[in-house]
Amino acid sequence: MREALDHWEFVFAAYAIGLGGLVTLIGWSWQSMTRAEARRDEMKRR
Amino acid sequence: MHIYANPTRFLSLAKWLTPLCLCTGLLVSIGAIAWGLAMVPPDRLMGESVRILFIHVPAAWLGMGGWTGIAISSAALLIWKHPLAGIAARAIAVPGMVFTAICLITGSIWGRPTWGTWWVWDGRLTSMLVLLFLYGGYIALSQATAREGGSPRIAAIFGLVGAINIPIINRSVVWWNSLHQPPSITAGKSAIDPVFLWPLLAAVIGFSLLFGAIVMMRMRALIAEAQVEARLRRRALDDDTPVTASSMETA
Repeated sequence: MREALDHWEFVFAAYAIGLGGLVTLIGWSWQSMTRAEARRDEMKRR
Repeated sequence: MHIYANPTRFLSLAKWLTPLCLCTGLLVSIGAIAWGLAMVPPDRLMGESVRILFIHVPAAWLGMGGWTGIAISSAALLIWKHPLAGIAARAIAVPGMVFTAICLITGSIWGRPTWGTWWVWDGRLTSMLVLLFLYGGYIALSQATAREGGSPRIAAIFGLVGAINIPIINRSVVWWNSLHQPPSITAGKSAIDPVFLWPLLAAVIGFSLLFGAIVMMRMRALIAEAQVEARLRRRALDDDTPVTASSMETA
């Protein structure tokens, strides 16, 4: 007889991938924005 | 709407709207996830795995909503030639693709304990996978045209043609036999118990606010990059200007 699957393992895996992807996307977008705007401001000053 | 097609007006608006959407989105999303993970009871049929609903459904909504945004921006670019519309479409593509990937992965993880399989080639899953590939194609095309100085209209046409897939995804569970459940929330009606529906709506609102913040951050980055490029080009042109007799006299 097969053992029943532990649903919590699937729940945690789904949240880890989903939230990990979301946090990475937010961090990357924030970094790209601040870098690009800093470069533009530096260019304006020169 | 046309008022905000001006990059300067958009930037003054986005300056305070980006942190507002980001902070509110984080608060609402964290609250909704805590609600869904800790306070919602297990489902009678799906058990504890029903909690994947609160990340899978917002991701699906934003994957489809993202492409709808690309199609609307593409139409605005083609009809009114607003350069900001092209920037908006490019900014939506990456988060749209990430949310589509999250939807597919979390759906696959959810499928294993509930359907007994990670994947089936049915209408809903396949059309969602097609959407992921469409996003990939759009990103490659828009980056290539931006880099090579090509017309943004090519990517805009691709964005409009790809929108055909959105109603196909939406109706796929009605048109074809599928392991995926039929639509649970239709206009004015919901087949979902309120105990699941309210945290789901909170998660959709929270993730949508985060999506908006990400799009604004990416738009600000693209505008700043375009401004740097324009300034560099202007400087290069100034350096190449030939010395005239009048300029030599003043010197």
